[in-house]
Amino acid sequence: MHELQIATEIIDIARREMIDHQLGSLEEIGVVLGALSGVDPEALAFSFEAATKDTALAEVRLNIEQVAVEARCNACNREAEVEKFVFICPHCGSRDLNITRGQELDIAYVRGEVETS
Amino acid sequence: MSTNIPIEKKVLSENDRLAAKIRTELTDRRIVALNLVSSPGSGKTSLLERTLETMRDRLQMALIAGDVQTENDAARLTRAGGTIVRPLITGGACHLDARMVSGVLDELDLSRVDVLFIENVGNLVCPSSYDLGEDMKVVLISTTEGDDKPLKYPSMFRRSSVMVLNKIDLLGTSNFDPERVKANALQINGNLKILEVSCTRGDGLDEWYEWLAGMVKAKKKR
Repeated sequence: MHELQIATEIIDIARREMIDHQLGSLEEIGVVLGALSGVDPEALAFSFEAATKDTALAEVRLNIEQVAVEARCNACNREAEVEKFVFICPHCGSRDLNITRGQELDIAYVRGEVETS
Repeated sequence: MSTNIPIEKKVLSENDRLAAKIRTELTDRRIVALNLVSSPGSGKTSLLERTLETMRDRLQMALIAGDVQTENDAARLTRAGGTIVRPLITGGACHLDARMVSGVLDELDLSRVDVLFIENVGNLVCPSSYDLGEDMKVVLISTTEGDDKPLKYPSMFRRSSVMVLNKIDLLGTSNFDPERVKANALQINGNLKILEVSCTRGDGLDEWYEWLAGMVKAKKKR
């Protein structure tokens, strides 16, 4: 269960972005999570809530976009859908696939109110 | 007024930055770095014990033994001898990260080292997200586990380059099917190199040692 540490990283990055962009308050953090990221979306949502509870970020929403695994076949060079983590090209049967999506563990955006001075 | 600020940054970018630094240093020193991962009890420490004992005259080995608590593994490995062994106690964390490894490496004399083993915390989930600057991950699985484990933990098996199937001396005592575990693993990762060993009886270990020696030789050439 490393999701709590991941949540803390996300909060730290968001806090730095708030300062850099002079946001007075934060409403939402957008995260992109690949199915192969090794991070469980429910555990992350739970950890984020736990980590922000009773803090200034308690009202911030964590928007998790889940990304399925996509790959390209190195043998026939076609897009190969990867269902249930079966890395075998449906077109030519090759096992030599390059993952193109699905490993993301990214912070995509933050949304908030710009401070008015 | 509400504004959207695009970031497009990896959550673990700080870890990845440190890992890249470790990788550069180890590559400059021509050190092979292996990150050993598995469930608790698959035999990471046993494999390392045998390796340190057998290969101590051929290779200079350094070892970082990660554990949530206790220095027991590090003590076992120190007894196997002839090498630099350092414990890395995470104090609760379920995985090693690049910052922890970097802290230990700073205190090690790497000048004559050929191979660095990093024994991760026994866990097939969390360590998969953290690059430690290794050349590759070596995943262990033993015949006392379920043969569908590669399917349950695809992220780890996909990110590993070698799978060591341990405890083959116990085959036949459970319904574990070695052909099925290999098929499952190759379905996740067709490039996985698979070695079958018994760390207690010694089966298959020569192949592991030769593979290891080959890795060291290849890295020196680069």
